[in-house]
Amino acid sequence: MDLLDLFSLPFMRRALLAGLGIAVMAGPLGVFVVQQRLAFLGDGLAHAAFGGMGLGALLIFGFGLSAGTIIFHEPLWVALPFTLLTALGIAWVSGATRLSGDTAIGVFFAVSTALGVMCFSLIPPDTDVGVDVFDLLFGTILGVRRGDLLFVAGTCLLSLLFFVVAWGRLGYATFDSELARTDGLRVRALEYLLFAVAGVVVAVSALVVGIILIAAYLIIPAASAQMVSRSLIQMTLLSVAIGVATTLAGLVASFYLDVPSGSTVVLTQALVFVGAALVRGLTRRGGTPVI
Amino acid sequence: MDPPALHIHHVTVRFGETDILQDVTFDLERGQFLAVVGPNGAGKSTLFKVALGLIRPREGHAAVGGKAPLSAAPGVGYVPQLKTFDRTFPATALELVVTGLRRAWPARVTRAEREQAAATLQRVGAGHLLHRSLAGLSSGELQRVFLARSLIRQPAIVLLDEPATGVDFLAESDLYDLLERYQTETGATIAMITHDLAAARYHASQVIVLNRRVHGYGLPEEVLCDECLRGAYGHVGHAHTLLSA
Repeated sequence: MDLLDLFSLPFMRRALLAGLGIAVMAGPLGVFVVQQRLAFLGDGLAHAAFGGMGLGALLIFGFGLSAGTIIFHEPLWVALPFTLLTALGIAWVSGATRLSGDTAIGVFFAVSTALGVMCFSLIPPDTDVGVDVFDLLFGTILGVRRGDLLFVAGTCLLSLLFFVVAWGRLGYATFDSELARTDGLRVRALEYLLFAVAGVVVAVSALVVGIILIAAYLIIPAASAQMVSRSLIQMTLLSVAIGVATTLAGLVASFYLDVPSGSTVVLTQALVFVGAALVRGLTRRGGTPVI
Repeated sequence: MDPPALHIHHVTVRFGETDILQDVTFDLERGQFLAVVGPNGAGKSTLFKVALGLIRPREGHAAVGGKAPLSAAPGVGYVPQLKTFDRTFPATALELVVTGLRRAWPARVTRAEREQAAATLQRVGAGHLLHRSLAGLSSGELQRVFLARSLIRQPAIVLLDEPATGVDFLAESDLYDLLERYQTETGATIAMITHDLAAARYHASQVIVLNRRVHGYGLPEEVLCDECLRGAYGHVGHAHTLLSA
């Protein structure tokens, strides 16, 4: 089967489109997450999404609804605001206290995971609440549904719009927030917006491709790009390109090797990361990166 | 009559229970070169942050060129302490200097911006650094790039927070030459935090000795005296040796 035949299979095409959408929105977001030393943020918000999914599933069960009926037709409608509020809570705690960003994330991470486990444990097995715990944790990129693609496309457009408008100011604030403030930038407002976008991107992506995969998409392409980039715009574009290329390569490899797709995508990203680290290590003696 | 370049009026800044600045008052006239000296923790950087609008004082107020600090931002150039700079950030000297024009990080630099940045880097003796990565620059080179960033808008007042920290004596000497030349050419006001009393003595036209409150403000030869220094530092140590060298 050649590549065109491969992606004529509906489940492979949907997996590719979802993966590409997530790569495109996680690429620029990951750049700011990595540069602001918030590498734990992807994991923290993904686990907040898990807590929110648990809460949503419990509400569906508690109100006697079945998944796909009325307002709570998906636990995502609870997970999305829950993750958004968690993201804003992390931004507030790290700004209003002396705690580092990663410490604040760690607190919300633990509480959300505990909440998710508690909620899911209260739901009898084999109850249809619109989400499967195992899928949520480990991902089902090959199980992406048409409706999921709409969520991904909408979120992708929203985050791209945000980064087109705010990239320059975010870059300046990330380089030196004090310097940016002296030039009149509202750095705290930008930080809240960045965290809010991260909350929405991670919640939607976690539902579609799983918690582990979105955490990888957020960090590995951006970290790889950082090692070989001379400018922030190079890092941003390269981060997106690595996400897109590893999605394509990982899906193809997983199909032919008959191994799990999500894991293959992450391992493909890891190969790129190792390659970037080697390139960086070999060129470091010269003092400047290669691109 | 023009308002003073820097007007600090009964400014008190408190963090928790501690007064960082206590009732600090002074006016800096236009065209002066001010050196702010004092021991570590004296509130020197806090004073600059009040002037830049980054910290709102508990009491009193500040004005820059007659305007509220943040409104005055376009006319102010600021060179931060180098220790605040993240060297993992992928950036070139050109991009950093252009932030001084755009107040945003540039995705793409226009030809006009490139020419202006190149000219400003040239002016501070760093034209050859235009396309260099910031991560590979020495402290002295970085200092020049940050200085170029602060001067690209031709500000009427330049604030420098310990600009000579981490640079060798030649680079330090060049820095003061550059600042004095810029001042002569543009009539700008310069205010600089320094621990180097000799530099304050020989390059500044006004000196303020600060340790939470003002212990002396005036001409260097009047202010860098036993009484003021002892008031701010507790004792004068080898200050006489440094000042008479």
